[in-house]
Amino acid sequence: MDLSYSEEYEKFRAEVRRFLQENWTDEDRNSAPPPDQRAAMMGAVIRTDERATKFRQKAIERGYLYRHVPKRYGGGEQPPDSLKGTIIVEEFRRAQAPGEIMGQGPSMLVPTLVEHGTEEQKQQFVCDTLLGKISWCQGYSEPGSGSDLASLRTRAELDGDFWVVNGQKIWTSNADTSEWMFCLVRTEPDAPKHDGISYLLIDMQTPGLTVRPLRQMTGDADFNEVFLDNVRVPVKNLVGKRGQGWIVSRSTLKHERNLIGSSLLSRRTLDGIIMLAQGINLRGQPAIKDPHIRNRIIELESKVLANEYHGYRLLTMQHRGEEAGTAQLVTKLYGTMLGYDIGKLAMDMMGDRGLLAPGEETAPAMGMFVTAYMWSLGILIAGGTANIQRNVIAERGLGLPRDQAVNRK
Amino acid sequence: MNFGLSEEQVLLKNTIRRFLEEQCPTTRVRAIMEGESGHDPALWEGLVDLGVSGLIIPAAYGGSGLELLDFALAAEELGYACTPGPFIGVAMATVALLEGGDAAQREQWLPRIASGKALATIAFGEGDGEWDPRKYAARVQGDQLTGAKPFVPYASAADAIIVAAHDSNGPGLWLVERGAPGIEIIRLKVNDLTRRVETVRFTGTPARKLGGNAAALQRTLNAGCVLIAGDAYGGSSRCLEMAVQYAKQREQFGQIIGAFQAVKHQVANLACELEPSLSLYWYAAHAFDRIHDKSERHAALAKAHLSDLYDRVTRDTTELHGGIGFTWEFDLHLWFRRAIFDRSFLGDANFHRARAADLAGW
Repeated sequence: MDLSYSEEYEKFRAEVRRFLQENWTDEDRNSAPPPDQRAAMMGAVIRTDERATKFRQKAIERGYLYRHVPKRYGGGEQPPDSLKGTIIVEEFRRAQAPGEIMGQGPSMLVPTLVEHGTEEQKQQFVCDTLLGKISWCQGYSEPGSGSDLASLRTRAELDGDFWVVNGQKIWTSNADTSEWMFCLVRTEPDAPKHDGISYLLIDMQTPGLTVRPLRQMTGDADFNEVFLDNVRVPVKNLVGKRGQGWIVSRSTLKHERNLIGSSLLSRRTLDGIIMLAQGINLRGQPAIKDPHIRNRIIELESKVLANEYHGYRLLTMQHRGEEAGTAQLVTKLYGTMLGYDIGKLAMDMMGDRGLLAPGEETAPAMGMFVTAYMWSLGILIAGGTANIQRNVIAERGLGLPRDQAVNRK
Repeated sequence: MNFGLSEEQVLLKNTIRRFLEEQCPTTRVRAIMEGESGHDPALWEGLVDLGVSGLIIPAAYGGSGLELLDFALAAEELGYACTPGPFIGVAMATVALLEGGDAAQREQWLPRIASGKALATIAFGEGDGEWDPRKYAARVQGDQLTGAKPFVPYASAADAIIVAAHDSNGPGLWLVERGAPGIEIIRLKVNDLTRRVETVRFTGTPARKLGGNAAALQRTLNAGCVLIAGDAYGGSSRCLEMAVQYAKQREQFGQIIGAFQAVKHQVANLACELEPSLSLYWYAAHAFDRIHDKSERHAALAKAHLSDLYDRVTRDTTELHGGIGFTWEFDLHLWFRRAIFDRSFLGDANFHRARAADLAGW
């Protein structure tokens, strides 16, 4: 057991640092437009202005970004090495340099196209997506199809050289600002449910598309509903074969499950909790002096650390090429339950100041903890609810049998 | 960055596991635990032959010269198999000798512990949940120890008892030998029959001081916490396996019960908590070995976290088994009782969490 990096990797780290020093200077850093708060919490920079784009291009050329994407499509194309990947993320964060763009385009759409797309599709979309020139939203969930996504009913019918799409999507983050949508539609209504789905790329400017903001419980509208009314999509925008959309989409859902519940976020939030506990009074003393609060902070810290070290263990297994099995399957559930614990503790520490809403000047940390408390529930539901995660852990991880009563057709 | 076990460590685990599968099935566990002493010298000898008692003892004294992580892996395997015997006392006494013993003391005891010729144990806590060495009342004056230690593992079988007490210089460790005058050992009826504890009263008992003082005492406690955490993980993972196995076999309402979502979710929740906790105990062991400034807090965190988890796992697993889980005849309660031991031995979870908060300087 050794937490240090070998000489080979420390040399690599030094090389990455040198690159960053030379190519992302103080001037670059200070020229940054105000960062998105949530992204900033995750330590990411999601700039896509010209300065950031030029830097990314250099970083890609050096093989630091998008290492899993072939060069000819605009990627860094490097042999898989999770330790190098980790070092790159750490160093880019430290330098506050633009890393891989956080979004559904680079993380979901690109791997799908690389695996299933036509040459034309790859040429048209991949490079621009990686550089943030094209942004994407995900047209998956529907009001009637959430956890049971495969039951989706948005229809696409062939009319000459076009698929004509009718239906509705929901929980489409960033539909209002995205240029394109990758969308699951039903093209084979008579086939068994999983075999009747196709994967289409839809230009958000296409006539017939209406985007309506969906206000979530926090009061903001970070999500949307998307209505499709005879939207005509060229057949060349079909990814994979018709009826194969479920298989095509599988790689993206796997990615989404890894993305949510990052241990870095938990650690930073824990630090925030401790600061809150030190700065806020609870019945005559700083909350941090209250024995119950102390106990719970430590319980929380144990889970945050366990989560972090679990990440090291997974990284090591990946690097060694070992099958992670159940260990990999628990990450989303653990991370999101941890998010709940953190939010709950913050609410308890704030006492009656938890009555105050974000935006209220006198609210602790401008009401950020209340938002986090609500969002932790959103994260638990999104990308595969906690109960779905538990099904997956039990069935795929532990080998328990599927419920015979559930309609799999 | 290599947060995983070496090939040798995996081999160590597998070797101990195979040995215990063959030599310590639950039939033997029951035979030993239902016996008077709860200790089978032949079983201990088998573990000695595997090198378990000498894992962290330097080669010069006949041991393997390994580290606490390796010792914790052994503790995990012993916990997995519900192994009766004096491991925890011997292990902590070994750490005490390594951390605080002078050359003569080490020379006298370590080779015999490694070879199985002697058993040692530790006498720390003084009841009422107090495991803070600064609060111990046991006193040494002029090499004579007086005090009462209510929960000493396998005191009757021990050739040496390492006692945490105070003299005029403050907290420290003293070694008392079997047969010394002024020792009274009182048998107790205990829940975990696989790890017996007895009350020991010292009245003017001759005791030799170990050199390390408070630091060695704390290191010994820290090591013990990590070993208990390892035991809790091993036992928890065994219980989860049993729950999954049962869920795959038992039929009710026309189907395998593992197909019911509530059952699935119960085991999934346990698996979800268990996986990261492995890394927490590994890290705590590694910190003891290599990251000393993080060692004390991590030992406390790991002990609290894993013993809480063991409690939940044993309860949920028993519940999942239905009526049969509640019988004496079914093996589950063996681990349930181990969880009861791990819960409070060396200090309960709240004690350790309070310590960890204090150590953070808040």
